[in-house]
Amino acid sequence: MTAETIIQSLASGLLMGLLYGLIAVGLALIFGLMDVVNFAHGEFLMIAMYATFFLFVFFALDPLLSAPFVAAALFVFGAVAYLLIVRFAVRAKANAGMVQIFSTFGLAIVMRGLAQFFFTPDYRSIPQSWLGGKTISIAGIFLPVPQLAGALVSIAAFAALYFFINRTDFGRALEATREDAGAVALVGIDKNRVFALGWGLGAALVGLSGAIMAIFFYIYPDVGASFALIAYVTVALGGFGSVFGAFTGGIIVGLVEATTALIMPPSLKSVGIYAVYLLVVFVRPRGLFGSM
Amino acid sequence: MDTEFAQRRRRDLMIAAAFAVIAALLPLFVKDVYVQNIMVLTLMYAALSQSWNILSGYCGQISLGHALYFGVGAYTTTILFTKFGVLPWFGMVGGGMISALIAMALGYPCFRLRGHYFVIATIVIAEIALLLVQNWDWAGAALGIEIPVRGDSWLKFQFTRSKLPYFYFALALAGIAWLVTWWLEDSKWGFWWRAVKDNPDAAESLGVVVFNSKMGAAAVSAFLTAVGGSFFAQYVAYVDPESVMGFHLSLLMALPAVLGGIGTLWGPVLGAVILIPLTELTRSFIGGSGRGVDLIVYGTLIVLISLARPEGLVGLFSRRRKEAAQ
Repeated sequence: MTAETIIQSLASGLLMGLLYGLIAVGLALIFGLMDVVNFAHGEFLMIAMYATFFLFVFFALDPLLSAPFVAAALFVFGAVAYLLIVRFAVRAKANAGMVQIFSTFGLAIVMRGLAQFFFTPDYRSIPQSWLGGKTISIAGIFLPVPQLAGALVSIAAFAALYFFINRTDFGRALEATREDAGAVALVGIDKNRVFALGWGLGAALVGLSGAIMAIFFYIYPDVGASFALIAYVTVALGGFGSVFGAFTGGIIVGLVEATTALIMPPSLKSVGIYAVYLLVVFVRPRGLFGSM
Repeated sequence: MDTEFAQRRRRDLMIAAAFAVIAALLPLFVKDVYVQNIMVLTLMYAALSQSWNILSGYCGQISLGHALYFGVGAYTTTILFTKFGVLPWFGMVGGGMISALIAMALGYPCFRLRGHYFVIATIVIAEIALLLVQNWDWAGAALGIEIPVRGDSWLKFQFTRSKLPYFYFALALAGIAWLVTWWLEDSKWGFWWRAVKDNPDAAESLGVVVFNSKMGAAAVSAFLTAVGGSFFAQYVAYVDPESVMGFHLSLLMALPAVLGGIGTLWGPVLGAVILIPLTELTRSFIGGSGRGVDLIVYGTLIVLISLARPEGLVGLFSRRRKEAAQ
């Protein structure tokens, strides 16, 4: 193993990690807002990938161009999922935690079933796109262009999200609702509206990452499952609810995955991520940046 | 003096005995092998969900990694039998004990975690185990191990000609899991667990050793789950990582209890009786023509029931009973 291969894989690990951060941040946002973990998060990613795929097939739209549309569609989907399901789940008087977990799990199973029914279990991919399959070389290191674009989009999205939360009225409403959902009602903020918009925003972010993932990853009904677990680990590593934590968590996960792949057989590359998650929460039971 | 609680417990016991007798007589009328298979699976999932319910329902530590214990049971029995010729019955008890030890070893660090951090830890640990077994060549890696046929006998717990022995064993297993729950419900453990579930800090301050209570629940739950895994291995005569350790198993163990009523004595039984036949039937009748329909039916049911009846379907019966009593 030369120094070059190590740098090479750390570089691609970093790119992938930034993308993992973008996949996971919607989860962190929603959790921070209302203490709910969306167990259908991976399926949100899955439908975003399918949407990108079909926009390509029917309208020959490149994933980069369809990304805003996919994000917008997912925004609507996320808000509707909140209004139709989650809104009622958080009201449950008995077994509240359990109801949240299993109502979103049920949604995930339905979405997977619908995808199998309408799209068949076949693996699909976008054969040709502007970025697909291209690599560039920077100082002797080869970087896959789709992942590089994904990393840049991720950094831009995190910057926008930071600006949005800290500088806009809606962002302040979001922060206020997360601090005290009861008190915001007194100043005339409709809690349900903020929650619905929060779900929309979280889903839009995962929609954005889905459009990019579709450039270089296979698309099939179960594709969300593997990324969902990585997203939970990412969010939990950073500390549930912390947007900054999701960003750092993503980078850590990407680097750990790349390092594990260097020293272990590729089929075991996820073991490293899971082991790091356990190590971190055993030492800090609320993740790296979660409030204690 | 008889309290209402004691009366209810005695009535539960009698109802359970009646159900067991009815179930035991069912094979006299049901000769169809396909239906018998569904009955075996229903009883097995009733037992598994009842075991899961001890840790996650009564004690409130939601585990979505019970596939690990199921797999340990299945693999222990199979490996001991195929590699060392040890009878499955020893493998079954041994697998249960290994699982209980693993559950306590894992519980030691994990029980400090709360809420979603705990749930995700259970998923992640089961997933690590699955990946390791998939790469463990000696244990058949991803292909798994086939259990060789050595002739029908109770000693080797193998029956190729009839499903009935499996049916009666599954019935016994479901009965034992139910009885253990019934017994623990009224023991000091049962009270500790409910206290830990409702408010761990208050429980601790009242002298409940929260950590030990969780460890006890984990050990009992893991032991029974592993016995279920051993049974499944004997039943299908084949183990492979995905089918005995996959995440779907963890979900399938939790769902009957969730649908029927979490932390209740009858929830897992009721949930399994509804859910497992429904899943199997949709899979074979609609599942063939349009793939995924079984998932749609199943998922919709989970969403609707968890929203409409957060306390589970048992709530329907207890309310009627209460009204009848008035």
